[in-house]
Amino acid sequence: MSALGTRPLLPSPPGPDRPPAGAQPARGPGSGLASGGGAAPARAADTEGRRRYGPTLWAVLLLTLLLLPFLPLVLASFSQAYFHPQLLPQTWSLRAWALVLGPGAGTWAALRDSVVVAVAVTGVSLLVAIPAGRVLATRGFRGRRAVELVLLLPVLVPGIAVAIGLHVTFLRLGLAGSLPGVVLVHLVPATPYVVLLSAGVFANADLGLEAQARTLGASPWQVAWSVTRPLVAPGLAVAALFGFLVSWGQYATTLVVGGGQVVTLPMLLFASAAGGDVAVTAATALVHALPALVLVVVMARVLGRGAATAKGAR
Amino acid sequence: MAAYRRLFADPEFWPSVALTAHVAVTSTVLSVVLGIAAALVLHRVVIGRRTVTALFQLNLPIPHVIGAVAVLLLLGQSGFVSRLVASLGWTASPADFPALLFDRYALGVIIQYVWKEVPFVGVVALAILRDTGRDLEAAAATLGATAWQRFRYVTLPVLLPGVLSTAIIVFAFAFGTFEVPLLLGASYPAVLPVLAHQRYTDVDLASRPEAMALAVLTTLIVVAVVLTGAALARRAIRQVGT
Repeated sequence: MSALGTRPLLPSPPGPDRPPAGAQPARGPGSGLASGGGAAPARAADTEGRRRYGPTLWAVLLLTLLLLPFLPLVLASFSQAYFHPQLLPQTWSLRAWALVLGPGAGTWAALRDSVVVAVAVTGVSLLVAIPAGRVLATRGFRGRRAVELVLLLPVLVPGIAVAIGLHVTFLRLGLAGSLPGVVLVHLVPATPYVVLLSAGVFANADLGLEAQARTLGASPWQVAWSVTRPLVAPGLAVAALFGFLVSWGQYATTLVVGGGQVVTLPMLLFASAAGGDVAVTAATALVHALPALVLVVVMARVLGRGAATAKGAR
Repeated sequence: MAAYRRLFADPEFWPSVALTAHVAVTSTVLSVVLGIAAALVLHRVVIGRRTVTALFQLNLPIPHVIGAVAVLLLLGQSGFVSRLVASLGWTASPADFPALLFDRYALGVIIQYVWKEVPFVGVVALAILRDTGRDLEAAAATLGATAWQRFRYVTLPVLLPGVLSTAIIVFAFAFGTFEVPLLLGASYPAVLPVLAHQRYTDVDLASRPEAMALAVLTTLIVVAVVLTGAALARRAIRQVGT
């Protein structure tokens, strides 16, 4: 705020100060409202319409651009013949889906391995993250900033560097090319996220309630189950979701440490993309995308309902 | 040390460093600018606000491999956009469509990153705007600040610290990018992570130390850039704020 007082204000350039209002190709609703009244109310209605519909039009453009890449995926996955310059497939078909979901493609095995690895990564990282997050959030200790920095490092280190570095050791330990090896290498990028998110959860939770419960005679287990759990569970669920998604999307680490023997969905998708059957690649991509999307939507629903009930209870 | 010496003398190494830096910096800058712009738009949406915000976050959980495949089908020379342009009669054959993928400037890789990271930056910026933005902006408006002044002196200083940490993560991701340039990038020069993998899986096992050296150097560059970038940005934020 001091800025407004101490500095001469910049002259306002015409361009960037009003991007939402500046470009409005179709302003139907605003002008429609304006047609009835006199000049002054018309202008007010026009500005009001602009404020109402302008951002929405921009948002629609934004969403179109963000969602557009999904369109060719869906179209191609249902196509039999789909040649340039046709926008829609000449012949529609379930061929690719039948192939991808059929017994020969290995999709189900890849789905299983992806889920097994991601669930294991989520579980282990939560085991680390719950105590670590709590300590980071509630105790001030010497070298805390250093710990936080070290925690951030795996987020910054490129996956391929982690994978190459660990691969040599994993070969020696017999972990290369195995599911446990892949779980371990996924833990490197996943755990820091889960720990940092968990620390945020504990920092925001009102842990003073624990002391109140203890004063009232609750046992440590009762406190943990009835007081702490409801406080942190929704936040920890989000942290767990992040861990799952980090593992779900891993490519470089699985490629190197799995050595081609652990075939998760990204492995399968990449092999398919290099293979050339566009319809199969598109269907495989959608099979890989759907579980992640469903999980996020379900989680948002559940947490949204939880928050609503909590608000209602208050 | 011999591996590092061989690497620095390698004709592909320096072009690879330049390309990786270009991909990471361009992706980060575009993602941050467009992400903030997207957040400002979404913050002002009145109609269908919940739906719009939900759809905006849809590609957050989508893995990069899928994003790369989608961009391939969208922007390849016989991709969806090329078909769209051809249907409008602007091009006659796929070859007339500009080569956006496998190109020298890694445009396809950058487009994939921007597509993936704009919602990431946007969601963070939107959360900050919802927490703090409105009241301060309203106060500034009452004091007679123009829209630009409100953005420059009120909204931006509030946004920057939070967006900065997001920008750091975006940069690190883009610098360590592997599967995206493998699918969408040119084969020469390759970005550093792809080069490291090539050397690591080379039939000539003597290339492995070079792969290790590449992995170490890539990591060092990311960490160094992030630490100095964070320090510089923090100072810049302080200046923006006063």
